[in-house]
Formats: sequence, C-alpha cells, structure tokens
Amino acid sequence: MRRTVRRALLGPVVLLSASAVLAACSSSGSSTPSGSSSSGSSSSGATSSGALKKGLKVFVIPKNLGNPYFTLADSVKTGGALSALGTLGEPGTETSGTAATPASQLPAIQAAITKGANALIVSATDPSALCPTLKAAMTKGIAVVTYDSDAPSCRDVFINQASSQAIGASEVDLLAKEIHDSGEIGIVSAAASATNQNTWIGYMRQELKKYPKMKLVSTVYGNDDPTTATQVTQGLLQHYPNLKGIISPTTVGILAAAQVLDTSKYRGKVALTGLGTPVAMKKYVLDGTVGSFELWNPANLGYLAAYAAVNFASKKITGASGQSFTAGKLGNFTIGADNTVLLGPPLVFTKSNINNYNSWGF
Amino acid sequence: MEPDPNTRASTPAADTSIAPDETSWLRSAARGSLRWETGLGLLVVAIVIFGAMTSPQFLTSGNFFNTGVTSGEIAIMALPMTLIIISGEIDLSVASILGMSSALLGVLWSHHWPMLAIFVMVALLGIVAGLINGVLVTRVGLPSLAVTIGTLALYRGVALILLGAKTISNFPATYTNIGVLPISHTQIPWNIAIFAVLAVIFGVVLHATATGRSIYAMGASPEAALFAGIRVKRVKTLLYVVSGLVCAMCGVLWTFRLSTAVQNNGLGLELDVVAIVLLGGVSIFGGKGSLAGVVLAVIAFAGLQNALLLTNFNQEATGIVIGALLLVSVFAPNAGRLRQLGLPRWARGRSGRPTPPPSSSSLGALHD
Repeated sequence: MRRTVRRALLGPVVLLSASAVLAACSSSGSSTPSGSSSSGSSSSGATSSGALKKGLKVFVIPKNLGNPYFTLADSVKTGGALSALGTLGEPGTETSGTAATPASQLPAIQAAITKGANALIVSATDPSALCPTLKAAMTKGIAVVTYDSDAPSCRDVFINQASSQAIGASEVDLLAKEIHDSGEIGIVSAAASATNQNTWIGYMRQELKKYPKMKLVSTVYGNDDPTTATQVTQGLLQHYPNLKGIISPTTVGILAAAQVLDTSKYRGKVALTGLGTPVAMKKYVLDGTVGSFELWNPANLGYLAAYAAVNFASKKITGASGQSFTAGKLGNFTIGADNTVLLGPPLVFTKSNINNYNSWGF
Repeated sequence: MEPDPNTRASTPAADTSIAPDETSWLRSAARGSLRWETGLGLLVVAIVIFGAMTSPQFLTSGNFFNTGVTSGEIAIMALPMTLIIISGEIDLSVASILGMSSALLGVLWSHHWPMLAIFVMVALLGIVAGLINGVLVTRVGLPSLAVTIGTLALYRGVALILLGAKTISNFPATYTNIGVLPISHTQIPWNIAIFAVLAVIFGVVLHATATGRSIYAMGASPEAALFAGIRVKRVKTLLYVVSGLVCAMCGVLWTFRLSTAVQNNGLGLELDVVAIVLLGGVSIFGGKGSLAGVVLAVIAFAGLQNALLLTNFNQEATGIVIGALLLVSVFAPNAGRLRQLGLPRWARGRSGRPTPPPSSSSLGALHD
C-alpha cells in the first residue's frame, strides 16, 4: 500500500541527512597551488621588532580547515603563520569553515571580528563576497591581510606567493640547465582557458628568447585531470621523437608526466620540470626521472603574512608602496604596487633537499 | 500497555500490522509534541548558558546579528519544509532552487535588467520549480523523495548552465548591505525579520486554519484524508509551489548577503533544512509536529553553531555535535514506536502511556 512504500522510502532520508551533516564537516576543497613564488633561503635574522605591539589578537582564516596546503601555511609545527605569531608574542588563532566557500568562511570572519580581533589574515574564498565584511573590519581599525588568494578591493595588503614572471622564467631556466640550453621542448598545461597557466606560459616564451637553441614545439592541455594529462603527455612524446624536455606548470600535470616518463623508454632522455609538490614528486626525483622542480613554500607564506599583519596592527606600516618591514628569519620585505608583498623566488626541489619536506603532507 | 486490542479488532485483517500504531500515534501526537517542545526549550536555554559561560561575546548584539544573518535563509526554508514533511512528503530540491534563483538573478543583473523585473522573474522561476515538483508528486504519483532528488540535480544543473563558471558580484551596496547591516535602529538582520514574519504566517496557517488541519490529516493517512473530502493533491501541489517561491526568495537574500551569484550557492543546504525540521520534532513519517518546535530548533541550531565557533571549538568536529543532536532528535520521538516493534525492555523507553480506545469518528476507523 502507498503508505508502506512511502515509509520505506522516507526512512533512508533520516540516515541520509544525518550522514550528510557529518560529511559536511570533512569536506575539504583543496586549494591547488596556483600562484607563484617563494622562498627557501633564510636571510639575515634582523630581529628589531621592538616597536611591535604584543598581545594582539590575530586570526588566521584560511579558505577552509582540513586542507593540507593551509595546514602547512598556518601551523606552529611547520613554521607557518601561527609559529610567527608565537614568536612575536601575539595570541594567534586559526579558524575557518569546513568548506571553501564564502558562506562557510564568513561566519568565522564575523566571529573573529566579534571577538575583538586586531588583525585578520585571510585567504579569500571569493574576491568580492567577503568584501562587505572585510571592509567593516577595516573601518573598525582591524588590519586585514590576504594571503594565497586576494580580495583586492578590501584588504590592507596582499602577500603574493610569487610573481608570474618568476614562475615562468625560472621554470625555463631549470629546464635549460638540464638539457644544456638546446633541443625541442613541450609544455603540459592545465586547461586552455586557465588564466594563471597562460600567463606563466607567456613569461616562458619571453624567457626562451634567451636560449636560441631551445625550441618550444607544442603546448598540450591535460585539464588538471590525471588521465587526460597522461594521454596528452604520451601524445606529445610520440609526435616529437626528438623532444628533449617538458615543462608542466601544474601539480597535476607534472605528476602525470613524471609517471609517463618513469614507465617508458623516455626515462633519463626527456627532462621534466615545473610546479610540483614534494611528497608526490619525491619518488621521481630520487629515481632520476625528474632533476628539479619548484613551488613556493606555503609555510613561509603564512609566516610572512603574520609579520605583515602584526606590523600593520602595530601601525609600523600603513600599506603605502615603498614601505618596508622585517619578517623574522625571512628578512626584509618592501610593499610593492597594489599594496602587494612578494614572498620571493620559488623554492627549487632537487635530490639533495627533497627529503627535508616529507612533513608537507602533499 | 501493549497495542490496543480494541483498535486491532476494529481493523481489517490486511492492515493489522500498520493501522493500530497509526491510530495511537495520531492520538499521542499532541501530547508528544508538547513534551518535545519543552525539551527543545530546555536545550535552547542550555545552549545560551553554555554560550554565555564560554564566550563573553555570545550575548552581544553584534553576535546576535552574526548568528541570525548566517542562518536566516536556512531558517526561512525550514518553514515550508515543515508543512511539506507534516503532509507526508519531502522536498530535497530547496537548496537547488535557491542556487538556480541566485544564478538567474546574477545572469539578469549582468544583462542590465532592472532589479524589480529580476525579482518578478526569480519569483516565477521559483513557482515553476515548485509546480514541477508538485505535479510530479501528486499528479504523476511518484514518491517525493525520488522526484526531489531528481530536481535537486536538475535545478542545480540549470544554475550551472545559466552561470557556468562565472561569478557575478557587482550588485549595488543598497542590496548587499543586508549581509552586514541590520534593519536600522535594531540589531535584527533582514533575513531574520522576514523569517519572523513568515513564521507567524505559516504558524497560523498550520495551526489555526482548516487547510492546516488537512495537512496533518493527509500526513497521518492520505486515504483517510481523501475520504474525508480533503483535496490532498491540490494542497500538496500548493505546498510545493509555496516552497519553490520561498526558496527563490532565499536565493535572492543569499546572493545579496554574500554579494555573489555563483552556481554552487547554497550547495547542500537542504540537509541542514531537513535536519532542523526533524530536530523541531516533526515526524519524518508525516502527520505530526508543530511550527513552534521548528522555530525552537532553528534557534538551537544557530545558537549551537555560533557558540561552538566563538569558543574555538574544532570546526571539523562541529558536524559531529550537530549530527549527534539530529540522531537523538530522530530517535527520541520514535522510542515508543520501537517498543511496539518488539525491542528488548531496556530499549523501550518510557512510553507506557495508555492508548484511548478508538471512536467511530477517528481517522483510524475511516482507514478502510
């Protein structure tokens, strides 16, 4: 009878809704590195933070919690934002939503403001959705620093991982070194419409002018999908038997390309570099498939953002371009155009240092 | 007392397994929901005490605004959902209607439509979306769970086609300020004010009109309601249309509050909405529940989330607390039922209440 049927169907809804509430707390949209440069070298330890205020309430608000990229950028253990705040004597708190959406992140930002924050360090889930709230925070005199993902019209300063120019040029330089400045090369990109990828490839072409014997023969698109990236890499190798090197400025693409090179006759004959993550790429670096690749250091990004936030909240800097401040072990930084601070050149991973990054988690 | 022998005797053989508990359920509905709301009231008090003790900001007006504005749309969508679940159906497409409306708002705004015309179009979209649900459930006779899971995917797909990967965010500050500014001279967010007004309207309709009583009747037993002369199909269709319209309005509120129209707006909210309605003591099997309970559940849900946020409770674990609360809320009212299903004595709960004998005018008697 109808009612019995309906009852049987509705029963699962109860379970469904309960499990979904639970599931909602473990969803972690991942923020793929899509940006730019950074770090590594620890320069002079100028520690003249005498004029910095102590006891400032600083809230670190990544796109979402449970995301390994932000865990690395924020944690005390990894030397991220909270570690810098600890050093400076500021009570730092990491908070956010569980999904990387404005609706999930906003309540955490509002709660931080309610709790009397002196500074917010935010990776924006949306360039504009957070603006009314962040502007309200700035009106109250709260320092607003964005890192990793910017909200250009509603923050005091943006901590940029790396410049697009540095990413593009340095990857060409890395490859040139491995293939001795000559030979045919190809690019395994993400989507054909990916803005950051195309910007980087533009800078690669520019840098290639310095290497007249290197010739870019093709750019293929793996759409940041492992299967597609594998197929287009295989196609690239078959079409260009004289190919000497591949650049893949995407963490998905470089991993797929490394797997192709590792399982084929091309190993050791075709060089590969690009943007990758050390834990995933470790195997291929140690077995010689990949000589070197790069990424910014997320922990240093968080560390720098923390110093910028404390300097702002202490009124040592106001965001005008040309002002400079000291960020502990990372040294001196100057605020550039659009109130942006650049973390620095990308961190290069090779056989000699890749074992130092086992704790990164990605 | 064991299942009432009188009830059993008066029921045709084919229905013996079901009809007896249904009559006793109906009878105990009023008393059961009363107790449930008392419990919810105590829960709200406990949450307020917990929040006030653990965070000095919990009872501030600014925090009241934040808590309200964050939960406003979920609270509003819980109102039509309450009526739909009491009528014995469900609507899982609510968040997708919100997302689809948000997408339409964004697209039309980016094509420079006047805001008033956009509101009309969005309202029409909500009505059509609800009508599709209602017709498929009542006229085609498909189970509402299946229908609205289908339209959940369908309407979200429409949002994706309308907006693609685009984000529209250049809405005028006059509108987007509802996300940061309360109604002037108060601390009440706009979406909560709308919720309050609608809660009164829905409460009156449900508890003080013939339509409201017919919603309970059709939830308790559609056949009996039909025989009693209730236009079951028409009322249910109307409920879906109202739900569609209300969700479309929530799409507008959500879009302005976050100053962003994007295809995944409100993704997954239907589960929060259903959770709140069940926490409010509404029976997932229909025919039972009250709007006051749902309003209390909204307050408990929003208050608990906010208190956990303010106390730096591990956000990943917040879902565990809320999920557990939901399971308890589904389990507790059904504890008496488990007894009838023959569970061991320890699991029977305290449902030793006597069941009054059926009268010839009861819905149970009409069941055949």
